[in-house]
Amino acid sequence: MGERIIDLAAKGVGKGWATSWYEASARARIDGLLDAGSFREVIGPEQRRMSPHLPLFDLPRAFDDGMIVGSGRLDGKPVLVAAQEGRFMGGAFGEVHGAKLVGLLRAALTLKPAAVLILFDTGGVRLQEANAGETAIAEVMRAITQLRAAGVPVIGLIGGRAGAYGGGGLIAGTCSRLVVSEGGRISVSGPEVIETNKGAEEFDSRDRALVWRTMGGKHRRLTGGADAFADDTIEAFRQAALDGIGRAPAFDLATLQAEQKRLEERLTRFGDCRDATEIWARLGVNDPEAVPALTTADFDALLASLGETTHDAR
Amino acid sequence: MEKLSFRHNTSRALPGAKAQAITGVVASGNLEVLLERALPATECTVEIETPIRGYGEVWAAVVADFVARAEPGGLRITINDGGARPDTVSLRLLQGARLMEV
Amino acid sequence: MTLAEILSALFPEGHSVTVTDGLVSGEGPFRGGRLAVIGIDGDTALGVDGACRLAGHVLDVVRRGGGTPILVAIDSDSQRMSRRDELLGLNEYLAHLAKTLLLADAQGHPTVGLIYGHSAAGAFIATALATRVLVGLPGANPSVMDLPSVARVTKLPLDRLEAMAKDTPVFAPGLDNMVRTGAVQAVLDPDQPLADQIAAVIDAMPNEDSRDRLGRERGGRPVAEEIAAQVVRDAAFG
Repeated sequence: MGERIIDLAAKGVGKGWATSWYEASARARIDGLLDAGSFREVIGPEQRRMSPHLPLFDLPRAFDDGMIVGSGRLDGKPVLVAAQEGRFMGGAFGEVHGAKLVGLLRAALTLKPAAVLILFDTGGVRLQEANAGETAIAEVMRAITQLRAAGVPVIGLIGGRAGAYGGGGLIAGTCSRLVVSEGGRISVSGPEVIETNKGAEEFDSRDRALVWRTMGGKHRRLTGGADAFADDTIEAFRQAALDGIGRAPAFDLATLQAEQKRLEERLTRFGDCRDATEIWARLGVNDPEAVPALTTADFDALLASLGETTHDAR
Repeated sequence: MEKLSFRHNTSRALPGAKAQAITGVVASGNLEVLLERALPATECTVEIETPIRGYGEVWAAVVADFVARAEPGGLRITINDGGARPDTVSLRLLQGARLMEV
Repeated sequence: MTLAEILSALFPEGHSVTVTDGLVSGEGPFRGGRLAVIGIDGDTALGVDGACRLAGHVLDVVRRGGGTPILVAIDSDSQRMSRRDELLGLNEYLAHLAKTLLLADAQGHPTVGLIYGHSAAGAFIATALATRVLVGLPGANPSVMDLPSVARVTKLPLDRLEAMAKDTPVFAPGLDNMVRTGAVQAVLDPDQPLADQIAAVIDAMPNEDSRDRLGRERGGRPVAEEIAAQVVRDAAFG
């Protein structure tokens, strides 16, 4: 299991900004991301609104069903925040989990915060509550577009061990801006599912390097599947979230037409590529094989040299 | 799921003013502990929900040991267990008590 | 009903809806105007190419304006499971398709989903579930994952899952369960004129997303509506 126990009361480094986002719990991420003491949780664990369905499967429940929602401030700006706990049921969407996020997005329509921040860490739909989870994901996507149309940016932060898989990947695709780190993966089908369905030749799920080249943060950033690449620290995500708020595109016909063009061009340029390294080469990366091992600083330099990796067609 | 419940008396209230704390995560080999300052000063309850049946005596011993060490008077402690080993349970309980002493 | 039967029933005077590589697009006369149709036929998996094409069709409808309603007719597999699709960013393509439908709906083009065959997972979310109202035809089979696969992943015996499925609609595949969850508003009657039923669905469309209320009323999602409502009540800036 290898989990490092984080004692919130005894963080050695000031506010803990240098804390690894990947290693941090959902609560620790919120705590480090928002202005000190500003977070007000809604439907907190003491209310014990747990899953009504997991006991049927003899599965233990979490007090907050793995989804923490509430309000707070980000550099003084009022924000609403949702964070998934990726270590509980893989951060997957169940009935209560999904409803908390839906409620937060609907609350944002009235409260009009500077942004809604979604801290993704999910494998997608929770199988034990599949129909509820899947419907909630659809409700979330509708609520996000409605909120964006009302002028509130929705910023997705992806850097946890579960990534943003399945329906989580689709929700991520509806956000105004996406911030991703090296460890954050975005995909619809998982490596094991592809291998089970299509064979190891198609996708060897044990080939971690392949998984990260195909679904990992650097690849998504390079291809425009994410808008900002953050170091694996809470401070880096905080800064990137702030930047993202200022650059959120409108949700309108012009944006979607631009996205249609962007996605069509991607198919034209890279539709016959077999591996990410071919895509990166065509993007102008001189040494594609070296990309996975690049430090954040060197990766940022690479992005700057390529120039064309930023867009607002989302 | 098995539900266990223990009630203890302590000689004092747990120091501090924190009303509530939560620590841990419900995952394999781990557990989540919710602590609430909700009881009279020298009372403490620990309620556990666990998918691993038949370890009532082990839980009783771990809880008794924790109460003796931390003297968590006034605390209502609720645990969602993901199948943690006794030493992990002890660690989380002590960690939780420390969070409440702030 | 097959797609051909559905289209004949919807458009007795004829239509221009065609199917290419399992992707459905076109339109026909409807209530003095037009009804645009997009969709997936033949239990076809939805990948980056298909999602991109369908999204383009939806944007065409929005550009033309006129409040043309859009019918999303679905008999699909799940999302296409391949290295290529994930490499190219399938999540963006599926989300983009959903966004075009959501935009169309917000800009005066009522969107109605009609599931008449299979659908699953990412394909279902990107199409049928992205409409304002989703209805089904008897025999349709939406699913998240088939029960044998659920048994493999959860390591529970299949017969136990089948027994549990009888007690709760929350996890097992099937149209009735998605009706109870609130995702599917109604099951249409194949023996009644389809165009009239679709017209009635459009005329009665709610302004807000009321799927969680339906889920509570029908017992498929006992707590979702109240949880969401409580978050709305309690969220505030201090």
